[in-house]
Amino acid sequence: MKKTFLALVIMMSALIGVQAQKIKGSDTMLPLSQKEAESFMKANPSQVVTVTGGGSGVGISALLEGTTDLAQLSRKIKFDERKKLQEKGKSVKEVIAAYDALAVVVHPANKVKNLTREQLEGIFTGKIKNWKEVGGDDLKIIPYSRETSSGTYEFFKESVLKNKNYMNGIMSMPATGAIVQSISQTKGAIGYIGLAYVNKDVKSIHVSYDSGKTYTEPSMANAKSGVYPIVRPLYYYYEAKSESKVKSFIDYILSNAGQKIVSDNGYIPVK
Amino acid sequence: MKQLKRIAERIVEIMLTVSGSITSLAILLIIVFLFKEGFGLFNSPIIEKGYALCVNVTNPVNKLNPYQIKHIFDSDITHWNELGGSDEEIVLFRFDEIFSLYADEEFGEDYALLPEKLGEVIAQSSGIVAFLPEEYLPTDNNQVKILPSTNISIFDFFGGKEWMPTSTPSSLYGVLPLILGTLWVSVFAILIALPLGLGVAIYLSELASERMRKIMKPTIELLAGIPSVVYGFFGLVVLVPLIQKMLNLPVGETALVGSIVLAIMALPTIITVAEDAMRNTPRAMREASLALGATQWQTIYKVIVPYASSGISAAVVLGIGRAIGETMAVLMVTGNAAVIPHSLFEPVRTIPATIAAELGEAPAGGTHYQSLFLLGCILFAITMIISISAEVISKRKHKGAGV
Repeated sequence: MKKTFLALVIMMSALIGVQAQKIKGSDTMLPLSQKEAESFMKANPSQVVTVTGGGSGVGISALLEGTTDLAQLSRKIKFDERKKLQEKGKSVKEVIAAYDALAVVVHPANKVKNLTREQLEGIFTGKIKNWKEVGGDDLKIIPYSRETSSGTYEFFKESVLKNKNYMNGIMSMPATGAIVQSISQTKGAIGYIGLAYVNKDVKSIHVSYDSGKTYTEPSMANAKSGVYPIVRPLYYYYEAKSESKVKSFIDYILSNAGQKIVSDNGYIPVK
Repeated sequence: MKQLKRIAERIVEIMLTVSGSITSLAILLIIVFLFKEGFGLFNSPIIEKGYALCVNVTNPVNKLNPYQIKHIFDSDITHWNELGGSDEEIVLFRFDEIFSLYADEEFGEDYALLPEKLGEVIAQSSGIVAFLPEEYLPTDNNQVKILPSTNISIFDFFGGKEWMPTSTPSSLYGVLPLILGTLWVSVFAILIALPLGLGVAIYLSELASERMRKIMKPTIELLAGIPSVVYGFFGLVVLVPLIQKMLNLPVGETALVGSIVLAIMALPTIITVAEDAMRNTPRAMREASLALGATQWQTIYKVIVPYASSGISAAVVLGIGRAIGETMAVLMVTGNAAVIPHSLFEPVRTIPATIAAELGEAPAGGTHYQSLFLLGCILFAITMIISISAEVISKRKHKGAGV
């Protein structure tokens, strides 16, 4: 019923020529943007927001071509992307809408509780191959990664591996759900997933970024207070020219109601 | 009236010819497009487009290949003497680091002073290797040596063993593990599916009662209608843990599970095509054989199977085609690790899974994009070789049998 109503609103607005706000980009942010858009439209029935995915890179190129009003990115805009926009005479503005924490997870039966960033780097670059090297059982480590196209893959590489490459021949799964499934049924497995996806089938590892002095549990509270290190911001980018058009939606996301949706969906609010 | 009919017939004829030629043209254009996009790869530099590597002018190293670049930036090679240079530590410098060394105002209007600052950084350190965008290269600084970039070589592409399409500064496009992975999974899928499929086909066409056939054939055809993602999900949730427990493997996502899932998917094709071919054996031949005193089993393998051999090979080709080109199911169950397979119990990565997983985010026109198109060309070549050889085999067999 709600969907038909929504479709009707979109069609009506197309007929009477109301310009809809378009959001395009990261698939990670797709569910969040959709929820935000839905409740935003409920609060402001005269406004229409359409959300599509495709990837962070797709979002920026759509902004470049002028086919979207807002680009959603799960990473910061790259230098050459900003440069390209400048060449076209467009200056973009950046809004951080939420934060996303990545949890490192293992099989529930795994004894290992704590890992340092250096150990994680060793595991994912293939230098540490057995769990006994990091205080676990004598068991082969099977690291799982996301596909190269994902923003999560890039962020983990940047933050944890310090831009080094993943080991040759790492297991790569097409979706976060598949990683959870595989880790829950593979004893020696380790992988990384968004905090919102952690459930009882997998065990999350306490991570240390100060070579073992303090280990932090990936939890909502720790991510919010900034103690947990593997946290990335989620961005919206828009052209400075079209600020008036997108302002109301951006304001809505940053409002209390919008930020409640952020935390309801397992992301960390900015405030 | 007769005239009118003739004109109408003529029009239909023309329309049929036109639609036929349009279809053939479209197929040809698709192939041309595929190869055009793919072979552009060999005209692309090994270093990411628009970027270059710079070293200090005192550094004797003049050339680096993609593997060396990767090992340098992964800190696997830490001294220049490993690359034929002086005994000095390698200092990595990525472009973004410049912004933490200088304040934004120091770069001047529109980053005009950026090349100068980059030049300063490179001049200061003799062991540095800097990865910089071409537009900001400090070209007029004589302390800086820009390493010449070569194009991606065909040898590195087909002979390379590492598939790392997003590693910077230099991506590695070694397709050997992908080609071998695809063939590995498909060959075992066919080895599982062929005996099973032929057995079922023989049973259905020769031995099963009419009632049994009426139940079994639609059931098998139903298998072909299940979407491949459902097979993939079934494989991931049921087969993967099952195989892992049964064989006590460290990982469940292996080539073996991929082969089993593909075999199940290829079965309906093989069964229906082979069964149709066998049922088309003329009644006269069947009865002649029985009349000569042959048993039913002798009739099947001396008369019916040889007569249907071209149909059976068509079934095999269609089955292999399905197995090689299948994407979604394989993507979900094989683990997608780009390593050369040594056994059935290791994860593999296939060509279709690679294209499906990576094309979405590969920047259009870039080297990664082109390399995926080239993978498509390879897949096309493989299936073409298989269907041509199957045709040749079935023709030769027919001549030999005197049919």
